[in-house]
Amino acid sequence: MTQTETTGPYDGNALAGPLSEVFALEVTAALARCRGCGQSAPVATLVVYGPEPGLVGRCPGCSDVLLRVVRTPDAVWLDLGGISALRFAVPT
Amino acid sequence: MARAAVPGRLRARRAWRPAVLLERRTESPSARTLVLGVDAWAGHLPGQHIDVRLTAEDGYQTARSYSLAAPAAGDRLEITVQRADGGEVSPFLTDELGVGDRVEVRGPLGGWFVWRPADPGPVLLVAGGSGVVPLMAMIRARAGVSRAPFRLIYSVRTPDDRIYAAELRRRAADDGGLDVAYVYTREAPAGGSRPPGRIGADDLVVHGWPPDFEPACYVCGPTPLVEAVAGLLVGWGHHPERIRTERFGGS
Repeated sequence: MTQTETTGPYDGNALAGPLSEVFALEVTAALARCRGCGQSAPVATLVVYGPEPGLVGRCPGCSDVLLRVVRTPDAVWLDLGGISALRFAVPT
Repeated sequence: MARAAVPGRLRARRAWRPAVLLERRTESPSARTLVLGVDAWAGHLPGQHIDVRLTAEDGYQTARSYSLAAPAAGDRLEITVQRADGGEVSPFLTDELGVGDRVEVRGPLGGWFVWRPADPGPVLLVAGGSGVVPLMAMIRARAGVSRAPFRLIYSVRTPDDRIYAAELRRRAADDGGLDVAYVYTREAPAGGSRPPGRIGADDLVVHGWPPDFEPACYVCGPTPLVEAVAGLLVGWGHHPERIRTERFGGS
């Protein structure tokens, strides 16, 4: 996708690169269950704001914050508190 | 920059890797295709993207995501960059990065907004502006490999803004099973039957697949267009789970 210097919101496809540093499996196809409303949706469909000061992904259903990612020179700070479960399809 | 020789499969896909600009092509007044060489590129699926990182002399770094425009061809990757007025990165890539210059890339990225040539069903592609890039990767991957019927609806401001116009015309004629329709939002060609305006339900009905064909739908472009089209498709009766979207941000 092209973040063509436009403002957000983007979607969870934009999280693929930043989260690839942390997850061994491809994450945008994983289903994330919102702790707030209980709906599950692919991470690719999260409503994403950022990248400054960090990336924030919100539930497409209820807008609660599901995750935050901040990258500093020596750390990846990841808050998944809004996600009550993640389901990854594992290649067979 | 010296690099140890490491077999491609052992190299972490999450790492930033050097890339060299091999070739540039003009696609429209504001869009350029960049062909990047990346050692031991292990391939990618149509719809995936790469992140491109630039580092300035003072160490400042910035990165952007760009959809891969074509199937993998050995170590050669293609992205198509649209120059955004006032953008930080896109004008540099379209106007200043020269053949032989180096950037860093990460990828391939994205496992959801992908089409696999083994998928048999019909496919509806709806593009707004530079959103056509990952959909073109799907069209190019389909050629000669899949007979899945494809319909592309491509929304642009004016005819001059079309990217890949000549190739899309050729492919619609030669690939078999590909239909291409344009929706112009600001200025339509003389003699056209549709006045300029945003894509609407009628455009989808005329140029798309009806819900009972159960197509896989891919919608890509500025966020407002993607949300409007996804809503129209669901309203028409397409199942939400058959609709995959990629939003490029505000238009």
